[in-house]
Amino acid sequence: MSTQTSVFHSSTVALLFAGLGLGGAWYGASIVMPSLASRHGAGIDSMLSYLLVTTGILFVAGYCALAWFIWTGARRRRIDQRLTRRRTEWLVSGALGLAVGLIAEGGVLAIGMPVWSEYFDATPPADAVTVEITAQQFLWNVRYPGADGQFGRNSAAAMDDVSNPLGLDRADPAGRDDVVTQNVMAVPLGRAVRLRLRSKDVIHSFFLPNFRVKQDIVPGMTPEVVFFPTREGSFEIACSELCGLAHYRMRGFFDVLSPAAFDRWLAEQATPTAGGPR
Amino acid sequence: MSHAATTVPGHDQSHPELGFIRRYVFSLDHKVIGIQYIVTGLLMALVGAALATLIRLQLGWPERTWPLLAQLLPKGYAGGVMAPEFYLAVVTMHGTIMVFFFMSYVLVSGFGNYLVPLQVGARDMAFPLANMLSFWIGALSALLMIASFFVEGGAAAAGWTAYPPLSAVATAVPGSGMGQTIWLLSMAFFIASFTLSGLNIVATVFSVRAPGMSMWRMPLTVWSYFIASILGLLAFPALTAAAVMLLFDRHAGTSFFLPAGLVVGGRHLTNSGGSPLLWQHLFWFLGHPEVYVLILPALGIACDIIPAFTRKPIFGYRLSVWCLVAVGALSMVVWGHHMFVSGMSPFTGEYFSIATMTITLPMTVFGVNMLASLRGGAIRMGVPMMFSCAVLALFGSGGLGGLYLGNATADMQLTDTYFVVGHFHMMIGGVTLMATFGGLHYWFPKMFGRMMNETIGKAHFWLTFTPFFIIFFMQHFLGIQGAPRRYYAFTAYDFLRETRIQNLVVSSCAMVLIASQSLFVVNFVWSLFRGAPAADNPWEATTLEWTTSSPPPHDNFGQAELTVHRWPYEYGVESGDRDFADQRVPPGRVPVTA
Amino acid sequence: MMPVARPAAWDGGVCPFAAGWQRVLMWWFIVGDGLLFGAFLAAYGYARLIATTWPDSSVVFSLPYLAAMTLVLNTSSAMMASGVAAARRGAWPTARRWLLATTLGGVLFLGMQADEWRHAIAAGARLSGNPWGDASFGAYFFLITGFHGTHVLLGVLILTIATARVATRRATPLGIELVGLYWHFVELVWVFIFTLFYLL
Ligand code: HEA
Ligand code: HEA
Ligand code: CUA
Ligand SMILES: [Cu+2]
Repeated sequence: MSTQTSVFHSSTVALLFAGLGLGGAWYGASIVMPSLASRHGAGIDSMLSYLLVTTGILFVAGYCALAWFIWTGARRRRIDQRLTRRRTEWLVSGALGLAVGLIAEGGVLAIGMPVWSEYFDATPPADAVTVEITAQQFLWNVRYPGADGQFGRNSAAAMDDVSNPLGLDRADPAGRDDVVTQNVMAVPLGRAVRLRLRSKDVIHSFFLPNFRVKQDIVPGMTPEVVFFPTREGSFEIACSELCGLAHYRMRGFFDVLSPAAFDRWLAEQATPTAGGPR
Repeated sequence: MSHAATTVPGHDQSHPELGFIRRYVFSLDHKVIGIQYIVTGLLMALVGAALATLIRLQLGWPERTWPLLAQLLPKGYAGGVMAPEFYLAVVTMHGTIMVFFFMSYVLVSGFGNYLVPLQVGARDMAFPLANMLSFWIGALSALLMIASFFVEGGAAAAGWTAYPPLSAVATAVPGSGMGQTIWLLSMAFFIASFTLSGLNIVATVFSVRAPGMSMWRMPLTVWSYFIASILGLLAFPALTAAAVMLLFDRHAGTSFFLPAGLVVGGRHLTNSGGSPLLWQHLFWFLGHPEVYVLILPALGIACDIIPAFTRKPIFGYRLSVWCLVAVGALSMVVWGHHMFVSGMSPFTGEYFSIATMTITLPMTVFGVNMLASLRGGAIRMGVPMMFSCAVLALFGSGGLGGLYLGNATADMQLTDTYFVVGHFHMMIGGVTLMATFGGLHYWFPKMFGRMMNETIGKAHFWLTFTPFFIIFFMQHFLGIQGAPRRYYAFTAYDFLRETRIQNLVVSSCAMVLIASQSLFVVNFVWSLFRGAPAADNPWEATTLEWTTSSPPPHDNFGQAELTVHRWPYEYGVESGDRDFADQRVPPGRVPVTA
Repeated sequence: MMPVARPAAWDGGVCPFAAGWQRVLMWWFIVGDGLLFGAFLAAYGYARLIATTWPDSSVVFSLPYLAAMTLVLNTSSAMMASGVAAARRGAWPTARRWLLATTLGGVLFLGMQADEWRHAIAAGARLSGNPWGDASFGAYFFLITGFHGTHVLLGVLILTIATARVATRRATPLGIELVGLYWHFVELVWVFIFTLFYLL
């Protein structure tokens, strides 16, 4: 062998792997997610916790095994055992592969699937606050149906960025009491939120980090999301699908208010010009 | 039978009087073409790394001004501040160049061309002319891609995934003007080139192996190239179709990807009937297999380096081959895991989730086999071995990150955040990068007849792997904190304020990482001319390329008859003063053990 | 020299199925090209699923005319098979005649296709829309038949060259066979397009 490597050198490499494995786990354990504010979000968080624990163990075990094999291998002049019996090979790797497969698949089926279907199958309760969000480069148009609970008609053809960004049909009586805001929305605590998402131009993604809600808004489709806020507060809306120059600051506010405060807020928004922008 | 492996049809082996041009420029020799690919790829890596520098400078120090960059890149840095549209163009081109023009060229086409014929005992590729065409079309596509920086509006800026409508409507973002068109054309050339090269690798493995080189005697490198090439051939047509359709949408007035009622920047579009989701399906039908096209050769290379440095056969050879086959097959049916929150039906999402998790089984078996190959070996920590251990480590951590993303419920929060960026850099950026460095150190003596410098190599390893791991490990946790990707800055949000320090650490490590690549460049260039002369088989390895001279003659194995007698991992045997038997050693001298 | 123990198809030294690298290349090329058509047709299927007003193709196109086009291409493909068989026997003059007939079939098909396009365009079909319904209908029609037509055109060129090579005695049976593979593939794809686009 033209390259004789020193035991010291190999040992430092072994220590590097062990150090990165243990240090990585230590660092990872110190990270916290944005504080939770929705009901289904607890399910997502437990899914993530499950993954962090199981893969964390596998990760540390893997890195330490790697380090150990290098550490001991560097001190060995002759190899231990040349060939393993094929059955042993299948047993060892098969068992470990199956274990990781089970951890992965089991997580999806046992923890993930119920949360997933709770989230997507949720039929909005009758008293859910319905809000329509129309994304455009680079802001969120928000519309509440008003007292009649009905959104007025609108059309793409009537859209005009300055005077009528949502293309509202001002002749439609259902639209008279619609409340329109930009980048700011509020919901009352204690009721479900039902969002109808639309996009005028490119793909955006409606992301509420604290609520564990993220939904791409592909133009031409109208996805709906339903969720239950669990505490009052002011939260941020981020856009999480590349949509152009100001993707990084397509920021909105999502306020969870007490029911009374919400009614006040909505009334305030309604005053200027009902059905118009602001 | 009529087709003997040793005669390579279409390839005249007796032309010693070739001029410089025919020998080194328009060469038909798979070794020259392989090296041409590798060098082109490395040059593109420099471009990709320069772009990564710009990304990290912006994210680490978002409010700084850069007078020097303003002079170098007046358009992108007007007033010393990076323009957001330039940032997006830089990210897009970084991803595209790294995936398609660095990794695909160096690892797949480069090493693939160089190694496959040598390792199966062929005199050249099955169809050398197509091979040469493949390289020159590929070089053209790389040039075209670079050229797109200089057109009106700048390079494409819709991400390497080029989701329409952003990529389809010229006014949606500056890069969606001419830049996006060139991007699409360049990709079309790239696909043509990659297809030619893939066809050649498949045909070579299939039909011109040397006598005795049965399928179960092929090194894992060859297996991985075989499977990866088939995968590429099956997956790339979807992107070709998508690219053609997007070009039509952009220039011929069709609406394949554009629905009715779009109002972009106040302008009403007349398109109707199309669906942006269709692009995503077509893109990921290619995109997902493509990442395995890159990872398989990387794993194969590491699997062939490890035994030479543990002096012990690889663990679970046949099982690993079956894993490659299984991964290849499964990778064709999981593309939807990139689209969990796209608005696709939740049932489909759940299917893709379960299918994706199934892939982890063969992948883990493969990884465990690699890990077990180290156990009980007499390890020599040469530079190729260091990088192979890094391959294994990054494969493990990137793969475990894959478990979060493949789980639709967890992905809902993590998709399009830095968790994804961390995951794929570990895999597509890390496993492949470490394998590239390992492979270059390992086969450099064969390619150029000189050794690379060990000391610089070791320093390069430490200064590459350590910062690399820190950067992309930390990015997973940025994602857990909710930091979205493709953000020009994290300053606009309160919930991202905490990530300041982490981004600073990440960027500092990135500067170390990128700066230390100069060690590699120096080592590479210096060793080319001044490296210690290499023996034919400096690592005492068993595969066929080590049984010929360094560098090999034009027809690879000289006039000698070539017969293969054993599997590629005959290490730890009694063979005179040696502890291995190469694949040409007849069973009479050393018993065949597998 | 040690002999190889059991020279089976997959043991190296020979090409499995005695295919030779040319045939292997051709087959994989066909698989890839087939998948390209597959991707276009899948996209078309997707568009049709989400469309609300997909035109009734039997109204837009004349089915008897399309059946005639299909027949022309099928016949041409069958003649190609005879040409390949003749070339394999070494009956080169016969092969040349069959190849010529095949080429003419291809040219006839192209002409009919061009005429169909002319009709469609005259009736108002455009890439951006059409008078009959969903806008993608016209786009997919021109894209898919155009792409197939390009293949036919390419096939006609290849066939012309092959015929010339036969005439000048430079062709090999294998070469003719590969041309045949390609031509059968083009015909087979047409059957899919015919079924999926015009019949369904
Ligand atoms: C080479 C590239 C590569 C590889 C191999 C993989 C492998 C995997 N990937 Fe990844 N992936 C990418 C490249 C890659 N990926 C890219 C580029 C993207 C983003 C594209 C974009 O949006 O821009 C992406 C995105 C991506 C997503 C979409 C995320 C999103 O956008 O929301 C998902 C979701 O399922 C996913 C899952 C997986 C899974 C389950 C695997 C599995 O195959 C992993 C299996 C491996 C293991 C389970 C490890 C096995 C264990 C060991 C080896 C032993 C342990 C040893 C030690 C610890 C030392 N990937
Ligand atoms: C192979 C793939 C690959 C590789 C190697 C890398 C390498 C790196 N990447 Fe990249 N990256 C991608 C693929 C890759 N990346 C993709 C696909 C995206 C997504 C794009 C998108 O969103 O559309 C992305 C996005 C991306 C982002 C996210 C941007 C955003 O979302 O806003 C960031 C941020 O930190 C980043 C950083 C880096 C860094 C610091 C490196 C460093 O590791 C770089 C280190 C330097 C090198 C690896 C070069 C080494 C080689 C040489 C020096 C050759 C020597 C030459 C000769 C001898 C001639 N990358
Ligand atoms: Cu809107 Cu990103
Ligand atoms: Cu994937």
